[in-house]
Amino acid sequence: MSRAARLGAVGAGTAFVAALIVYYIVSFLMVTPPGVAATGSKPRVHLTLQTVASFGHEPHTDWVSYLARSPGGKWVHSTVLHVPSYSTVTVTVYQFDTATGLRNPFWGQPHGTIGGTFNVDGKTLKVLDPDLASHTFAIPDLGVTVPLKGVADDAKNQCSVAPCNLSEAHTTVTFSFKTGKPGKFRWQCFVPCAAGFPLGFGGPMQSIGWMDGYLMVG
Amino acid sequence: MTTIAGERMPRHGIRILTIWLVLTAIAVPLIVLVLGPHLPPSRLTAEAASQRDANIVMTALLVPIALLVVVFFVYSFAFFRQSGDAILDGPPIKGHSGAQLLWIVLTSVTVLALAVWGSYTLVVSAHGAGGGQGPSPIAQPKGHEHALPVQVIGQQWEWTFRFPTYGGLETRDLAIPVHTVVAFHVTSLDVTHSFWAYELGVKADAVAGVDNVAYVNARNTGSFQIRCAELCGLWHGHMAKTGHVLTMQAFRAWIALARKQNAAVAKYLPDYNRVYFPAPLRRAG
Repeated sequence: MSRAARLGAVGAGTAFVAALIVYYIVSFLMVTPPGVAATGSKPRVHLTLQTVASFGHEPHTDWVSYLARSPGGKWVHSTVLHVPSYSTVTVTVYQFDTATGLRNPFWGQPHGTIGGTFNVDGKTLKVLDPDLASHTFAIPDLGVTVPLKGVADDAKNQCSVAPCNLSEAHTTVTFSFKTGKPGKFRWQCFVPCAAGFPLGFGGPMQSIGWMDGYLMVG
Repeated sequence: MTTIAGERMPRHGIRILTIWLVLTAIAVPLIVLVLGPHLPPSRLTAEAASQRDANIVMTALLVPIALLVVVFFVYSFAFFRQSGDAILDGPPIKGHSGAQLLWIVLTSVTVLALAVWGSYTLVVSAHGAGGGQGPSPIAQPKGHEHALPVQVIGQQWEWTFRFPTYGGLETRDLAIPVHTVVAFHVTSLDVTHSFWAYELGVKADAVAGVDNVAYVNARNTGSFQIRCAELCGLWHGHMAKTGHVLTMQAFRAWIALARKQNAAVAKYLPDYNRVYFPAPLRRAG
Protein backbone atom coordinates (compact mmCIF):
# COMPACT_ATOMS: atom_id res chain seq x y z
CA MET A 1 0.00 0.00 0.00
CA SER A 2 1.35 3.39 -0.93
CA ARG A 3 2.08 6.10 1.60
CA ALA A 4 -0.81 8.23 0.25
CA ALA A 5 -3.22 5.32 0.54
CA ARG A 6 -2.20 4.64 4.13
CA LEU A 7 -2.59 8.30 5.03
CA GLY A 8 -6.01 8.29 3.40
CA ALA A 9 -7.09 5.23 5.37
CA VAL A 10 -5.92 6.73 8.67
CA GLY A 11 -7.65 10.03 7.85
CA ALA A 12 -10.89 8.27 6.94
CA GLY A 13 -10.79 6.22 10.15
CA THR A 14 -10.17 9.30 12.25
CA ALA A 15 -13.01 11.17 10.57
CA PHE A 16 -15.34 8.24 11.15
CA VAL A 17 -14.53 8.09 14.87
CA ALA A 18 -14.89 11.87 15.18
CA ALA A 19 -18.28 11.68 13.48
CA LEU A 20 -19.40 9.00 15.93
CA ILE A 21 -18.36 11.16 18.89
CA VAL A 22 -20.19 14.20 17.51
CA TYR A 23 -23.26 12.08 16.82
CA TYR A 24 -23.21 10.75 20.40
CA ILE A 25 -22.89 14.23 21.92
CA VAL A 26 -25.60 15.72 19.72
CA SER A 27 -27.91 12.78 20.43
CA PHE A 28 -27.37 13.19 24.15
CA LEU A 29 -28.12 16.90 24.01
CA MET A 30 -31.20 16.32 21.86
CA VAL A 31 -32.79 13.87 24.32
CA THR A 32 -32.37 16.17 27.32
CA PRO A 33 -35.81 17.65 27.86
CA PRO A 34 -36.31 21.40 27.93
CA GLY A 35 -36.12 23.19 31.27
CA VAL A 36 -39.25 24.51 32.96
CA ALA A 37 -38.94 27.50 35.28
CA ALA A 38 -40.89 27.96 38.47
CA THR A 39 -43.43 30.75 38.64
CA GLY A 40 -43.07 33.67 41.03
CA SER A 41 -39.83 35.25 42.04
CA LYS A 42 -37.15 34.76 44.62
CA PRO A 43 -37.52 34.06 47.53
CA ARG A 44 -40.91 32.37 46.97
CA VAL A 45 -41.62 30.38 43.86
CA HIS A 46 -44.09 27.74 42.77
CA LEU A 47 -43.74 24.57 40.74
CA THR A 48 -46.75 22.75 39.33
CA LEU A 49 -46.42 19.15 38.21
CA GLN A 50 -48.67 16.30 37.25
CA THR A 51 -48.17 12.57 37.03
CA VAL A 52 -49.89 10.47 34.41
CA ALA A 53 -50.24 6.70 34.29
CA SER A 54 -49.55 6.56 30.57
CA PHE A 55 -48.08 9.34 28.50
CA GLY A 56 -50.25 8.49 25.51
CA HIS A 57 -47.89 9.80 22.84
CA GLU A 58 -44.79 8.67 21.02
CA PRO A 59 -42.13 7.55 21.69
CA HIS A 60 -43.52 5.64 24.68
CA THR A 61 -47.27 5.78 24.77
CA ASP A 62 -47.61 3.48 27.79
CA TRP A 63 -44.87 4.93 29.99
CA VAL A 64 -45.75 6.59 33.26
CA SER A 65 -44.49 10.15 33.44
CA TYR A 66 -44.25 13.48 35.20
CA LEU A 67 -45.14 16.70 33.37
CA ALA A 68 -44.38 20.26 34.44
CA ARG A 69 -46.43 23.39 33.88
CA SER A 70 -44.56 26.30 32.34
CA PRO A 71 -44.99 29.88 33.58
CA GLY A 72 -47.23 30.37 30.52
CA GLY A 73 -49.59 27.70 31.82
CA LYS A 74 -48.70 25.06 29.24
CA TRP A 75 -47.97 21.47 30.29
CA VAL A 76 -44.49 20.47 29.16
CA HIS A 77 -43.16 16.93 29.02
CA SER A 78 -40.08 17.66 31.08
CA THR A 79 -38.52 16.92 34.44
CA VAL A 80 -35.80 19.55 34.30
CA LEU A 81 -37.01 22.15 36.76
CA HIS A 82 -35.43 25.55 37.38
CA VAL A 83 -35.78 27.23 40.78
CA PRO A 84 -33.85 30.05 42.46
CA SER A 85 -31.32 29.49 45.22
CA TYR A 86 -32.04 30.31 48.88
CA SER A 87 -35.77 30.32 48.26
CA THR A 88 -38.91 28.61 49.40
CA VAL A 89 -40.29 26.37 46.69
CA THR A 90 -43.92 25.36 46.93
CA VAL A 91 -44.78 22.35 44.81
CA THR A 92 -48.25 21.32 43.72
CA VAL A 93 -48.58 17.89 42.18
CA TYR A 94 -51.79 16.85 40.45
CA GLN A 95 -51.72 13.12 40.77
CA PHE A 96 -53.69 11.29 38.07
CA ASP A 97 -52.21 7.84 38.54
CA THR A 98 -53.60 5.05 40.72
CA ALA A 99 -51.85 3.71 43.82
CA THR A 100 -49.09 1.12 43.53
CA GLY A 101 -47.78 1.16 47.06
CA LEU A 102 -44.29 1.83 48.32
CA ARG A 103 -41.74 -0.95 48.22
CA ASN A 104 -40.19 0.58 51.32
CA PRO A 105 -42.93 1.97 53.62
CA PHE A 106 -40.30 4.28 55.11
CA TRP A 107 -40.91 6.69 52.23
CA GLY A 108 -44.51 7.15 53.38
CA GLN A 109 -43.25 9.89 55.66
CA PRO A 110 -42.24 13.20 54.10
CA HIS A 111 -38.72 14.40 54.73
CA GLY A 112 -37.20 17.78 54.17
CA THR A 113 -40.47 19.66 53.78
CA ILE A 114 -41.21 22.80 55.76
CA GLY A 115 -42.83 21.69 58.99
CA GLY A 116 -42.21 18.04 58.14
CA THR A 117 -45.69 17.86 56.66
CA PHE A 118 -47.46 17.85 53.32
CA ASN A 119 -50.97 18.51 52.21
CA VAL A 120 -53.22 15.99 50.45
CA ASP A 121 -56.53 17.21 49.09
CA GLY A 122 -56.62 19.97 51.69
CA LYS A 123 -55.55 17.84 54.66
CA THR A 124 -52.19 18.35 56.31
CA LEU A 125 -50.46 15.02 56.96
CA LYS A 126 -47.29 13.77 58.63
CA VAL A 127 -47.40 10.38 56.95
CA LEU A 128 -49.26 8.64 54.14
CA ASP A 129 -50.35 5.04 54.35
CA PRO A 130 -47.69 3.47 52.10
CA ASP A 131 -50.30 1.34 50.35
CA LEU A 132 -52.04 4.47 49.08
CA ALA A 133 -48.95 5.94 47.43
CA SER A 134 -48.72 6.16 43.69
CA HIS A 135 -45.37 7.94 43.34
CA THR A 136 -42.93 10.00 45.34
CA PHE A 137 -41.24 13.29 44.61
CA ALA A 138 -37.76 12.93 46.05
CA ILE A 139 -34.64 15.08 45.87
CA PRO A 140 -32.27 12.88 47.89
CA ASP A 141 -29.36 15.29 47.83
CA LEU A 142 -31.56 17.95 49.43
CA GLY A 143 -33.13 15.47 51.85
CA VAL A 144 -36.59 15.94 50.34
CA THR A 145 -39.03 13.08 49.79
CA VAL A 146 -42.80 13.34 49.61
CA PRO A 147 -45.23 10.49 48.93
CA LEU A 148 -47.98 11.19 46.42
CA LYS A 149 -51.36 9.69 47.07
CA GLY A 150 -52.83 7.72 44.18
CA VAL A 151 -56.28 7.90 42.68
CA ALA A 152 -58.63 5.14 43.79
CA ASP A 153 -58.62 2.15 41.45
CA ASP A 154 -62.37 2.43 40.92
CA ALA A 155 -62.41 6.19 40.45
CA LYS A 156 -64.51 7.37 37.55
CA ASN A 157 -63.27 9.53 34.72
CA GLN A 158 -59.62 8.50 34.98
CA CYS A 159 -57.12 10.17 32.72
CA SER A 160 -55.38 8.05 30.10
CA VAL A 161 -53.50 10.54 27.92
CA ALA A 162 -51.22 13.39 28.93
CA PRO A 163 -51.70 16.15 29.69
CA CYS A 164 -54.54 15.39 32.06
CA ASN A 165 -56.90 18.11 33.11
CA LEU A 166 -58.40 18.86 36.47
CA SER A 167 -61.86 17.65 35.50
CA GLU A 168 -60.45 14.13 35.53
CA ALA A 169 -59.95 12.02 38.67
CA HIS A 170 -56.93 13.19 40.62
CA THR A 171 -55.49 13.98 44.03
CA THR A 172 -53.72 17.23 44.83
CA VAL A 173 -50.54 17.15 46.88
CA THR A 174 -48.84 20.34 48.06
CA PHE A 175 -45.64 20.86 50.02
CA SER A 176 -42.82 23.34 50.40
CA PHE A 177 -39.09 23.05 50.81
CA LYS A 178 -36.16 25.41 50.89
CA THR A 179 -33.32 25.59 48.41
CA GLY A 180 -29.77 26.44 49.38
CA LYS A 181 -26.76 27.22 47.26
CA PRO A 182 -26.92 26.88 43.48
CA GLY A 183 -26.41 23.45 42.04
CA LYS A 184 -27.81 20.64 39.94
CA PHE A 185 -29.71 18.08 41.98
CA ARG A 186 -31.27 14.88 40.71
CA TRP A 187 -34.80 14.05 41.67
CA GLN A 188 -36.68 10.82 41.27
CA CYS A 189 -39.66 8.68 42.17
CA PHE A 190 -39.12 5.95 44.77
CA VAL A 191 -42.07 3.84 43.68
CA PRO A 192 -41.24 0.99 41.30
CA CYS A 193 -43.78 2.33 38.85
CA ALA A 194 -42.36 1.24 35.50
CA ALA A 195 -45.02 -1.18 34.36
CA GLY A 196 -43.73 -4.25 32.61
CA PHE A 197 -40.08 -3.78 33.58
CA PRO A 198 -38.17 -6.08 35.95
CA LEU A 199 -38.71 -4.92 39.51
CA GLY A 200 -40.64 -1.95 38.10
CA PHE A 201 -37.46 0.06 37.77
CA GLY A 202 -36.62 0.09 34.07
CA GLY A 203 -37.81 2.35 31.26
CA PRO A 204 -39.37 5.53 32.62
CA MET A 205 -37.66 5.06 35.99
CA GLN A 206 -34.28 5.20 34.27
CA SER A 207 -35.05 8.04 31.84
CA ILE A 208 -34.67 11.75 32.38
CA GLY A 209 -37.91 13.47 31.36
CA TRP A 210 -40.16 10.70 32.66
CA MET A 211 -39.84 9.70 36.32
CA ASP A 212 -36.40 11.20 36.94
CA GLY A 213 -35.08 14.67 36.45
CA TYR A 214 -32.91 17.52 37.60
CA LEU A 215 -33.69 20.37 39.90
CA MET A 216 -31.56 23.23 38.62
CA VAL A 217 -31.03 25.62 41.51
CA GLY A 218 -29.69 28.87 40.11
CA MET B 1 36.48 -6.88 36.19
CA THR B 2 36.02 -10.10 34.22
CA THR B 3 37.56 -10.85 30.88
CA ILE B 4 35.94 -12.06 27.69
CA ALA B 5 38.27 -12.98 24.85
CA GLY B 6 40.99 -11.12 26.65
CA GLU B 7 38.87 -7.96 26.98
CA ARG B 8 38.29 -6.63 30.50
CA MET B 9 34.56 -6.33 31.25
CA PRO B 10 32.85 -4.59 34.19
CA ARG B 11 30.90 -6.82 36.62
CA HIS B 12 27.44 -5.78 35.50
CA GLY B 13 25.66 -8.16 37.88
CA ILE B 14 27.35 -6.69 40.94
CA ARG B 15 26.62 -3.16 39.74
CA ILE B 16 22.93 -3.89 39.13
CA LEU B 17 22.61 -5.64 42.48
CA THR B 18 24.30 -2.75 44.29
CA ILE B 19 22.09 -0.11 42.66
CA TRP B 20 19.00 -2.19 43.38
CA LEU B 21 19.98 -2.70 47.04
CA VAL B 22 20.59 1.02 47.57
CA LEU B 23 17.32 2.03 45.94
CA THR B 24 15.42 -0.65 47.86
CA ALA B 25 16.96 0.48 51.14
CA ILE B 26 15.72 3.99 50.40
CA ALA B 27 12.31 3.11 48.92
CA VAL B 28 11.01 0.55 51.39
CA PRO B 29 11.28 2.76 54.50
CA LEU B 30 9.67 5.58 52.50
CA ILE B 31 6.82 3.26 51.51
CA VAL B 32 6.26 2.11 55.07
CA LEU B 33 6.75 5.38 56.89
CA VAL B 34 5.69 8.08 54.42
CA LEU B 35 3.28 6.54 51.87
CA GLY B 36 1.87 3.88 54.24
CA PRO B 37 -0.16 6.22 56.44
CA HIS B 38 -1.91 7.50 53.31
CA LEU B 39 -2.77 4.15 51.77
CA PRO B 40 -6.45 3.13 51.80
CA PRO B 41 -8.69 2.72 53.57
CA SER B 42 -7.91 4.24 57.02
CA ARG B 43 -7.45 3.24 60.64
CA LEU B 44 -10.95 4.21 61.75
CA THR B 45 -11.84 0.60 62.54
CA ALA B 46 -9.84 -2.49 63.45
CA GLU B 47 -10.89 -4.01 60.12
CA ALA B 48 -9.78 -0.98 58.12
CA ALA B 49 -6.47 -0.90 59.99
CA SER B 50 -5.82 -4.53 59.02
CA GLN B 51 -6.55 -3.69 55.41
CA ARG B 52 -4.17 -0.73 55.47
CA ASP B 53 -1.47 -2.92 57.03
CA ALA B 54 -2.01 -5.44 54.24
CA ASN B 55 -1.70 -2.70 51.64
CA ILE B 56 1.53 -1.45 53.23
CA VAL B 57 3.07 -4.94 53.35
CA MET B 58 2.07 -5.74 49.79
CA THR B 59 3.40 -2.42 48.49
CA ALA B 60 6.63 -2.82 50.45
CA LEU B 61 7.09 -6.29 48.92
CA LEU B 62 6.15 -5.18 45.45
CA VAL B 63 8.50 -2.21 45.27
CA PRO B 64 11.81 -4.18 45.43
CA ILE B 65 10.55 -6.43 42.64
CA ALA B 66 9.49 -3.46 40.54
CA LEU B 67 12.80 -1.72 41.27
CA LEU B 68 14.78 -4.76 40.15
CA VAL B 69 12.98 -4.72 36.82
CA VAL B 70 13.39 -0.97 36.38
CA VAL B 71 17.07 -0.96 37.40
CA PHE B 72 17.87 -3.76 34.99
CA PHE B 73 15.88 -2.00 32.26
CA VAL B 74 17.59 1.36 32.72
CA TYR B 75 21.03 -0.22 33.18
CA SER B 76 20.58 -2.15 29.96
CA PHE B 77 19.66 1.02 28.14
CA ALA B 78 22.73 2.74 29.48
CA PHE B 79 25.40 0.05 29.14
CA PHE B 80 24.22 -2.56 26.67
CA ARG B 81 23.56 -0.25 23.75
CA GLN B 82 25.23 -1.00 20.48
CA SER B 83 25.15 1.19 17.42
CA GLY B 84 26.66 0.65 14.04
CA ASP B 85 27.29 -2.77 12.52
CA ALA B 86 26.10 -6.02 14.00
CA ILE B 87 28.20 -7.30 16.87
CA LEU B 88 29.45 -10.75 17.66
CA ASP B 89 27.25 -13.10 19.62
CA GLY B 90 27.93 -13.02 23.36
CA PRO B 91 29.16 -15.90 25.47
CA PRO B 92 26.67 -18.72 26.13
CA ILE B 93 24.58 -18.44 29.27
CA LYS B 94 24.89 -21.37 31.60
CA GLY B 95 22.57 -22.40 34.38
CA HIS B 96 23.51 -21.62 37.97
CA SER B 97 21.96 -24.12 40.34
CA GLY B 98 22.67 -21.99 43.39
CA ALA B 99 20.87 -18.96 41.92
CA GLN B 100 17.96 -21.12 40.79
CA LEU B 101 17.60 -22.69 44.22
CA LEU B 102 17.78 -19.29 45.89
CA TRP B 103 15.06 -17.94 43.58
CA ILE B 104 12.74 -20.90 44.25
CA VAL B 105 13.28 -20.72 48.01
CA LEU B 106 12.84 -16.96 48.19
CA THR B 107 9.64 -16.85 46.12
CA SER B 108 8.18 -19.90 47.87
CA VAL B 109 8.85 -18.49 51.32
CA THR B 110 7.39 -15.14 50.31
CA VAL B 111 4.20 -16.63 48.90
CA LEU B 112 3.74 -19.06 51.79
CA ALA B 113 4.37 -16.34 54.37
CA LEU B 114 1.76 -14.13 52.70
CA ALA B 115 -0.71 -17.01 52.65
CA VAL B 116 -0.21 -17.69 56.36
CA TRP B 117 -0.44 -14.02 57.22
CA GLY B 118 -3.52 -13.54 55.00
CA SER B 119 -5.28 -16.53 56.54
CA TYR B 120 -4.49 -15.29 60.03
CA THR B 121 -5.86 -11.83 59.21
CA LEU B 122 -8.98 -13.27 57.62
CA VAL B 123 -9.92 -15.92 60.16
CA VAL B 124 -7.90 -15.92 63.37
CA SER B 125 -7.76 -12.16 63.92
CA ALA B 126 -11.44 -12.10 62.83
CA HIS B 127 -10.98 -8.79 61.11
CA GLY B 128 -12.12 -10.30 57.85
CA ALA B 129 -11.47 -8.86 54.43
CA GLY B 130 -14.04 -6.10 54.78
CA GLY B 131 -16.46 -7.87 52.48
CA GLY B 132 -19.71 -9.36 53.68
CA GLN B 133 -19.46 -12.96 54.78
CA GLY B 134 -22.98 -13.99 53.93
CA PRO B 135 -25.59 -14.96 56.52
CA SER B 136 -23.23 -17.24 58.49
CA PRO B 137 -19.92 -15.43 59.01
CA ILE B 138 -16.81 -17.49 59.64
CA ALA B 139 -14.57 -14.68 60.87
CA GLN B 140 -16.28 -13.33 63.96
CA PRO B 141 -14.59 -10.72 66.11
CA LYS B 142 -14.33 -11.00 69.86
CA GLY B 143 -17.58 -9.85 71.42
CA HIS B 144 -19.63 -10.52 68.30
CA GLU B 145 -22.34 -12.12 70.47
CA HIS B 146 -23.17 -8.66 71.76
CA ALA B 147 -22.68 -6.83 68.47
CA LEU B 148 -24.98 -3.94 67.66
CA PRO B 149 -26.99 -5.06 64.62
CA VAL B 150 -27.46 -2.41 61.95
CA GLN B 151 -29.35 -3.34 58.82
CA VAL B 152 -28.26 -1.64 55.62
CA ILE B 153 -30.98 -1.60 52.97
CA GLY B 154 -30.06 -0.75 49.40
CA GLN B 155 -32.78 0.47 47.08
CA GLN B 156 -32.78 2.37 43.84
CA TRP B 157 -31.29 4.86 44.64
CA GLU B 158 -30.78 5.43 48.31
CA TRP B 159 -29.54 3.69 51.44
CA THR B 160 -31.68 3.35 54.54
CA PHE B 161 -30.67 1.82 57.86
CA ARG B 162 -32.61 -0.14 60.48
CA PHE B 163 -31.75 -0.62 64.13
CA PRO B 164 -33.60 -3.72 65.39
CA THR B 165 -32.46 -3.21 68.98
CA TYR B 166 -34.04 0.24 68.94
CA GLY B 167 -37.56 -0.80 68.00
CA GLY B 168 -36.81 -1.39 64.33
CA LEU B 169 -36.09 2.29 63.80
CA GLU B 170 -35.34 3.12 60.15
CA THR B 171 -33.26 6.15 59.18
CA ARG B 172 -31.80 7.82 56.13
CA ASP B 173 -28.53 8.51 57.91
CA LEU B 174 -26.03 6.21 59.57
CA ALA B 175 -24.26 6.64 62.86
CA ILE B 176 -22.51 3.93 64.89
CA PRO B 177 -20.93 4.03 68.35
CA VAL B 178 -17.19 3.90 68.93
CA HIS B 179 -15.52 0.92 70.68
CA THR B 180 -18.52 -1.27 69.89
CA VAL B 181 -18.70 -4.30 67.64
CA VAL B 182 -21.25 -3.50 64.94
CA ALA B 183 -22.75 -6.19 62.73
CA PHE B 184 -23.91 -4.74 59.42
CA HIS B 185 -26.66 -6.84 57.88
CA VAL B 186 -26.61 -5.75 54.26
CA THR B 187 -29.52 -6.48 51.94
CA SER B 188 -31.46 -4.95 49.06
CA LEU B 189 -35.05 -4.35 48.09
CA ASP B 190 -34.46 -4.50 44.36
CA VAL B 191 -31.32 -4.91 42.28
CA THR B 192 -27.83 -5.69 43.56
CA HIS B 193 -26.07 -2.82 45.27
CA SER B 194 -22.81 -2.82 47.24
CA PHE B 195 -22.46 -1.10 50.59
CA TRP B 196 -19.05 0.54 50.57
CA ALA B 197 -18.22 2.35 53.79
CA TYR B 198 -14.75 3.40 52.76
CA GLU B 199 -13.07 4.42 56.01
CA LEU B 200 -14.74 1.58 57.90
CA GLY B 201 -13.09 -0.92 55.59
CA VAL B 202 -16.41 -2.45 54.54
CA LYS B 203 -17.54 -3.31 51.04
CA ALA B 204 -20.42 -5.79 51.17
CA ASP B 205 -22.82 -6.71 48.38
CA ALA B 206 -26.46 -5.84 48.98
CA VAL B 207 -28.52 -8.55 47.31
CA ALA B 208 -32.29 -8.92 47.56
CA GLY B 209 -33.19 -11.92 49.71
CA VAL B 210 -29.68 -12.23 51.17
CA ASP B 211 -28.48 -11.20 54.63
CA ASN B 212 -24.83 -10.30 54.10
CA VAL B 213 -23.04 -9.77 57.42
CA ALA B 214 -19.94 -7.62 57.91
CA TYR B 215 -18.44 -6.66 61.27
CA VAL B 216 -16.65 -3.48 62.27
CA ASN B 217 -15.29 -2.15 65.52
CA ALA B 218 -14.57 1.57 65.35
CA ARG B 219 -11.46 2.69 67.23
CA ASN B 220 -12.07 6.43 67.01
CA THR B 221 -14.88 8.87 66.45
CA GLY B 222 -15.02 10.47 63.03
CA SER B 223 -16.86 10.36 59.74
CA PHE B 224 -16.82 7.94 56.84
CA GLN B 225 -17.96 7.98 53.25
CA ILE B 226 -20.67 5.63 52.01
CA ARG B 227 -20.94 4.73 48.35
CA CYS B 228 -22.59 2.12 46.19
CA ALA B 229 -19.90 -0.01 44.55
CA GLU B 230 -22.18 -1.92 42.19
CA LEU B 231 -23.52 -0.30 39.05
CA CYS B 232 -27.21 -0.30 39.91
CA GLY B 233 -28.95 2.02 37.49
CA LEU B 234 -29.45 5.64 36.50
CA TRP B 235 -28.58 7.29 39.82
CA HIS B 236 -26.01 4.75 41.01
CA GLY B 237 -23.41 7.48 41.30
CA HIS B 238 -25.62 9.43 43.66
CA MET B 239 -25.97 6.72 46.31
CA ALA B 240 -23.54 8.58 48.52
CA LYS B 241 -23.74 9.59 52.14
CA THR B 242 -21.52 10.54 55.03
CA GLY B 243 -21.76 8.35 58.11
CA HIS B 244 -20.49 9.12 61.59
CA VAL B 245 -18.78 7.26 64.42
CA LEU B 246 -20.00 8.80 67.67
CA THR B 247 -19.33 8.34 71.34
CA MET B 248 -21.86 6.03 72.96
CA GLN B 249 -23.53 8.98 74.65
CA ALA B 250 -23.80 10.95 71.40
CA PHE B 251 -25.01 7.83 69.60
CA ARG B 252 -27.85 7.35 72.10
CA ALA B 253 -28.82 10.99 71.69
CA TRP B 254 -28.77 10.56 67.91
CA ILE B 255 -30.99 7.47 68.17
CA ALA B 256 -33.45 9.31 70.40
CA LEU B 257 -33.69 12.19 67.94
CA ALA B 258 -34.09 9.83 64.98
CA ARG B 259 -36.91 7.97 66.75
CA LYS B 260 -38.67 11.25 67.33
CA GLN B 261 -38.21 12.41 63.73
CA ASN B 262 -39.40 9.12 62.26
CA ALA B 263 -42.16 8.37 64.75
CA ALA B 264 -44.98 8.99 62.29
CA VAL B 265 -43.97 6.23 59.90
CA ALA B 266 -43.00 3.67 62.57
CA LYS B 267 -46.42 1.98 62.59
CA TYR B 268 -46.21 1.33 58.86
CA LEU B 269 -42.77 -0.30 58.86
CA PRO B 270 -42.72 -4.08 58.52
CA ASP B 271 -41.37 -6.13 61.41
CA TYR B 272 -37.62 -6.30 61.35
CA ASN B 273 -36.40 -9.19 59.26
CA ARG B 274 -33.05 -10.28 57.86
CA VAL B 275 -34.42 -9.99 54.32
CA TYR B 276 -37.50 -8.52 52.73
CA PHE B 277 -39.65 -9.50 49.80
CA PRO B 278 -41.84 -6.44 49.68
CA ALA B 279 -44.67 -5.85 47.28
CA PRO B 280 -44.86 -4.63 44.66
CA LEU B 281 -42.20 -6.63 42.88
CA ARG B 282 -43.70 -5.78 39.52
CA ARG B 283 -46.26 -3.19 38.64
CA ALA B 284 -49.39 -4.46 37.04
CA GLY B 285 -49.69 -1.53 34.68
